Amino acid sequence: MDKVAVVGVGQTKYERGKTKSFAELVYEAARGALDDAGMGLSEIDNVVTTTNDFFDGRTIACMAVAEAAGSYGRDATNVEGDGTLGAFYGLMRTLSGVYNTTMVTAHCKVSEGSPRKIFNQAFDPIYDRLLGMDAISSCALQARAYMNRFRINEEQCAKVSVKNHRNAKNNPYAHVAMDITVEDVMKSRMLAEPIKRLDTSPISDGACAIILATEKVAKKKLARKPVWVRGVAHCTDAYRLGERDLTYSFALEAAAKKAYGMAGIMDPFREINVAEVYDAFTYMELMWYEGLGFCDRGDGGKLIDSGETQMEGRLPVNPSGGVLSAHSVQVAGLARIAEAVLQLRGEAGKRQVHGARTALAHGITGICAQTHCVWILSGEEG
Amino acid sequence: MGRRAAIVGVGQTYHTSKRKDVNGQELISEAVKRALDNAVLGLRDIDAIVIGNMDHFEGINCVDGWSVDGWGAFRRPIMKVTTGGSTGGTLGSCAYHHVASGLFDVVMAIGWEKNSESDTQAAISTCADPILERDFFGGAIGPNAAQYAMYMKRYGATQEDAALVTVRDHNNALKNPHAHLRKFITVQDVMNSPMLCWPIKLLDSCPRSDGACAVIYASEDKAPKIADRPAWVHATAVSHDCVYFGDYDWETMPTLEATVSRVYKRAGITDPLKEIDVMELYLPFSTCGVAWMDHMWFCDRGEAPKLVRKGVFDMDGELPLNPSGGVLATNPIGATALIRIGEAALQVMGKAEDRQVPNVNTAMATAFGSCYWFEATILRSTKP
Amino acid sequence: MKNISTGSEGELLEMSSGGAEHVYRWYCGHYISKFLIGLRDRKTILGIKCSHCGRVYVPPREVCGRCYRTMDKWVDLGTEGSIYAFTVVKLPYIDPNTGKSIKVPRTDIYVKLDGADTCLMHWLDETDEKKITVGARVRAIFKESRRGTIHDIECFTQI
Repeated sequence: MDKVAVVGVGQTKYERGKTKSFAELVYEAARGALDDAGMGLSEIDNVVTTTNDFFDGRTIACMAVAEAAGSYGRDATNVEGDGTLGAFYGLMRTLSGVYNTTMVTAHCKVSEGSPRKIFNQAFDPIYDRLLGMDAISSCALQARAYMNRFRINEEQCAKVSVKNHRNAKNNPYAHVAMDITVEDVMKSRMLAEPIKRLDTSPISDGACAIILATEKVAKKKLARKPVWVRGVAHCTDAYRLGERDLTYSFALEAAAKKAYGMAGIMDPFREINVAEVYDAFTYMELMWYEGLGFCDRGDGGKLIDSGETQMEGRLPVNPSGGVLSAHSVQVAGLARIAEAVLQLRGEAGKRQVHGARTALAHGITGICAQTHCVWILSGEEG
Repeated sequence: MGRRAAIVGVGQTYHTSKRKDVNGQELISEAVKRALDNAVLGLRDIDAIVIGNMDHFEGINCVDGWSVDGWGAFRRPIMKVTTGGSTGGTLGSCAYHHVASGLFDVVMAIGWEKNSESDTQAAISTCADPILERDFFGGAIGPNAAQYAMYMKRYGATQEDAALVTVRDHNNALKNPHAHLRKFITVQDVMNSPMLCWPIKLLDSCPRSDGACAVIYASEDKAPKIADRPAWVHATAVSHDCVYFGDYDWETMPTLEATVSRVYKRAGITDPLKEIDVMELYLPFSTCGVAWMDHMWFCDRGEAPKLVRKGVFDMDGELPLNPSGGVLATNPIGATALIRIGEAALQVMGKAEDRQVPNVNTAMATAFGSCYWFEATILRSTKP
Repeated sequence: MKNISTGSEGELLEMSSGGAEHVYRWYCGHYISKFLIGLRDRKTILGIKCSHCGRVYVPPREVCGRCYRTMDKWVDLGTEGSIYAFTVVKLPYIDPNTGKSIKVPRTDIYVKLDGADTCLMHWLDETDEKKITVGARVRAIFKESRRGTIHDIECFTQI
């Protein structure tokens, strides 16, 4: 893969009930990314927006943010899926030789719609939708299957919530930052067994933007240290929950393997210094440890117990507080990339993982994370 | 940086108004199978897929995930793109960039729609700003009707000029077994058809179709091994400058002009009437086939009616448009613009059967949707 | 579930989603809010001007797409302008806001208000296309009771 770098990132604060419109949020993030990169809009060759018609309540949702994302006078396109996929398309457009720089944006105001109904619409209208399934109930199914098979207990999942909400206190963009205990999580209201309120992510509004550039442009710019894309891959599993083995993630393993291969990573647990993964629910972080090869299948519980994914551990996971602390759907994946970039530049402030040279960012889309996208980034060119 | 890419296979369903016999996933699988057969490939040969439709027509969220069921393509990298009516153009572009990036060798773009499953006008009207424009926006028809009202006043064009476009495209469709509407039509039939949004009448308008289309792109190493005469992608361009319908300047049509200028320039074209052999244009209404022609470097502003009346764009004219029958004959919205690319590719590949234009080396396809979002692709029989 | 019998090939079924409804609560944002309040409280139409290129936009928004700058110069555009384009909708369709059919005929217009570079969309009180001219002067008619929506303007009328 030719060399492409992330040269600018911008995020809004994530919170519920933001009063800015979609366009105003995207402008804030995109302008933030341009300022971060020390670039003007005229230096951007094309734009990729990431949107979802259901969340925005309008078909062709990308229309609303065209100008705010900088589409005027240049090629612009749109992905509907997680921000990591939008960024992946942005990366491909930068690699294709047609464009030297690409702005990628994502936005979502989850609070303006009915997220449970919206997620219910992802289920097949003829079969599963009638069961009234949504993200919480379907993920609860997966959580129970996973936990039963590998004897993971609810307390181990709760540790993820404790860790990430505490980490969020160091992240000025995070929505829900707090000091809680495992007991607090265990006592919180049960939503769908075994998922409790403090096992779930919040309803957040926000936007994020990143700027990708070819090697030539990245080296010329130097407003910030460029962060190089060393490997990216995505993969989609079967659609119906009954056709997948819900206790492990084939798609994540496949995507991770491919991304690691591109980046030359043989032992992810040792070679990756910081990871930002899409923990929409606490059990997911444990499953993603396994899918990403940080530990063997079934050992996610042991890994959280070991403390190695805490801030002071060998491989801090979600120093930003992760998706459990801020979940603007679709944006959250792009935010994982933005956070990884800040880590590699040494600009992550209080949430900085010292000496981070290689980072992993991860995003998901679909029911029970049917699709996974894995990014490997590095401060070194390689 | 970057590789060249070509289209090596095209497949589509036999488009019709209601496919009661299949659900969406089955509809997709028909097009996919035909595209694979066309390219003599198996599913295993496909490295990645990109899929698109307009969500509100079928009411399915995360369509990329849902779609894998119908054609056994799970455990592949899949991505969804959507830009309304121009989705097909966005799909083609996305598949092209997948390959041109060097990360994938063979990529399939799938566009589909089951328009019969919802009220098309209602769904489309939700694209307009809900607070300010939605209630005054007559679905897809409104702005185009308003534009032609303006064009007629300004340049003396007539409803009959638009009817000539309908007659041309519908009669072309008679030779396309995949087209939805295949009926011989006269100008009088068009003029007698019911008025939808003045001045656009029923026969000036595209139908609502159920259908799917799949187009396979391959890298420069693989393409010549897969197809005898691949359709090489020479240029793509897109323009989407506005947010509000009230912002658009219909007299200058800046997004159409920007798109064609960019694509012509990238492909080294200065005189499209002479240098392009066939075009598959996204004309959702016959009126577009008049008013929009002013902005494609064919003529000066206001001169398009003369070209249409002279038959410049007929099958035996200087630049045949829409040999497939175009959007006026077939419109499964998520697929429509991809069908334009597929049909243009079939022309270059020499596989357009009875609708083949002789000696095609250069073909162009366009896409249109939302707030005057245009995309264009230029394909040639030679490598760029 | 509806049964559609197709004879010897076997039954084909159809499913309805029922009256599926999605309710959204959109924040208007700071710019649209000010515009709507202008309609409600002052019976006037506000636009916004880009200090860089001079374009006046209505409806107002934060960013001038061409210059990619924030705008802050508000312009009172009054209530009059001319018809840039119009259409008369004759075929009804379902209004996504209500789930019921719209009433036809209905005239949708694009109004170029005096001093604005973009158009505002609204309705005209005339539905016979033979009596409507592109370029005709129009004025906004406001409702007595206004709530801060675009419908505080009842419609436009030719003057």
